[in-house]
Amino acid sequence: MKNAKDMSYAALMARRSDIMKSSLGIDYETYERGSIAFDYEAMMGFGGYTFEDVRRIQQNSAVGDTPLIELKNITALMRNSAKPGKGARIFIKDEAGNPSGSFKERRASISCHHAKKMGFKGVIAATSGNYGAAVAAQAARYGLKCIVVQECYDSNKTGQPEIIEKARKCEALGAEVIQLSVGPELFYVFLALLEETGYMNASLYTPFGIAGIETLGYEIAEEIKKKYGRFPDAVVCTHAGGGNLTGTARGLLHAGADKTVVIGASVDLTGLHMASDVNFNQKSFTTGHTGFGMPFATNPDRSDVPRSAGRPLRYMDKYFLITQGEVFYMTEALAVLEGLERGPAGNTSLAAAFSIAREMDEDEILVVQETEYTGAGKHPQAQLSFARENDIDIKFGNPKDSVPGKSIIFPDSPDKIQAIEQDLTRLRKSLIKNKTAGYSLGNITPEDISFLADETKTDEVFVRVCLEELSKV
Amino acid sequence: MIKKGTWITIESVVLKAAERAHNLPADTQKTDLKKWVKGYLEEDGLIGSFVTVKTTTGRLEHGILTEANPSFDVNYGSYVPELKKICEQVRGLL
Repeated sequence: MKNAKDMSYAALMARRSDIMKSSLGIDYETYERGSIAFDYEAMMGFGGYTFEDVRRIQQNSAVGDTPLIELKNITALMRNSAKPGKGARIFIKDEAGNPSGSFKERRASISCHHAKKMGFKGVIAATSGNYGAAVAAQAARYGLKCIVVQECYDSNKTGQPEIIEKARKCEALGAEVIQLSVGPELFYVFLALLEETGYMNASLYTPFGIAGIETLGYEIAEEIKKKYGRFPDAVVCTHAGGGNLTGTARGLLHAGADKTVVIGASVDLTGLHMASDVNFNQKSFTTGHTGFGMPFATNPDRSDVPRSAGRPLRYMDKYFLITQGEVFYMTEALAVLEGLERGPAGNTSLAAAFSIAREMDEDEILVVQETEYTGAGKHPQAQLSFARENDIDIKFGNPKDSVPGKSIIFPDSPDKIQAIEQDLTRLRKSLIKNKTAGYSLGNITPEDISFLADETKTDEVFVRVCLEELSKV
Repeated sequence: MIKKGTWITIESVVLKAAERAHNLPADTQKTDLKKWVKGYLEEDGLIGSFVTVKTTTGRLEHGILTEANPSFDVNYGSYVPELKKICEQVRGLL
């Protein structure tokens, strides 16, 4: 065959860098500094889109400006178990109001705008989540072709109902969907498609993927300020790949809300291996969980681009875990107390917020920064009955007794909803360890130290002490 | 016989178990990496035969014909009595 390329796993992965460069138009090497540092803010400026440009692009594609709703009944329920004077007002940003039903459309809107502007014929995204539908919807608006690559089935072709629904939605919006069995080599298929089609890599982790979310943080800050004369005291973000929290926090800062506490929340799936064929259908959350949340926090560059624009530890003030049963419980409460049938994965932050708000003062304001659409398959009833079919024990009790992959425990009363705070110092040290692996102390430049301080929202003293500790191990 | 031009699903093996990445959990390492793609059948074919499809974006893909006129069977699952109990509990507390 003439000019046939070697499509073996090793050969294609060796072409990774060239494929990335041509499918993004970003030469990541130009941002590299020191030994391990890179210029994050310079990279975020790629494409030349200002914050106002991003807003205008989104307003022209029906994205953003979603309602911010006070959850008065959920706040009242939470205050039942709060101490006197405690229990912050809980608000939620109803991001399900975006055309494809999630905040992910903010991310897709800028990528698709850029793809059109640069003359790409289409876009490709690797995602099993709402992002697929978001890219499909925006590609449809811009007249771009769209391919979504999903990890969807185990090796027996038993699919996660939530992911199958997302495949349906992508197809309904005119995209081509490629479904794979479990495994990280999805990236190989993704690269092969980029090379074959010449479409743009609409990765979640490009500067566009993050700049698109900054408007979300900004809208929250502006709207609360306008109505209540001050910025929110805390914003809770469901954390998985890191983009949601990063973009929201940057938007809050852009609005001037630099005192707002930025809180990440993930579903605790400790013990389940994300690349395990057997574990794949034993989990009831396919995103928003620790399987992404922990590794992407401590090593953001493990994503599908050389340098991820989602860098959560730069912005995260607190990080909480919550169990699957607690999130399902709050999803039901949101429907039957507030009339909002949403989620469930997007309600991870709501479940954590219920617990966090209980410890805050009653005159404080906490904002849960997203909801997502719900539907057949992607619904507590569908997901819980699927779990039951997979021999997961589902019952009431203390959620802290649940074991991911074995049981889902609903709190037997709302006061049992207790998000567990994580040790951010440990995560920050882990990031420094990951970033400096393979380097001796002598190779680490002052620029690297300053970079690591920014990466971990700490200071140079913290980084130096951490590096000393690591050098002794 | 499935007629040319029918919307179908094909299955193919992207990487055989032995060709897969080496850092996988043991259960996944034993399996092939499989792929499912939909498209219009290029020539008449039988379920189980090796065929070519033209996909939504106009690409050609090859694999085993597994299903004609594939549909989505996602639904709202079986009744989960605990959800009703949660509804009654949270409303009862307000």
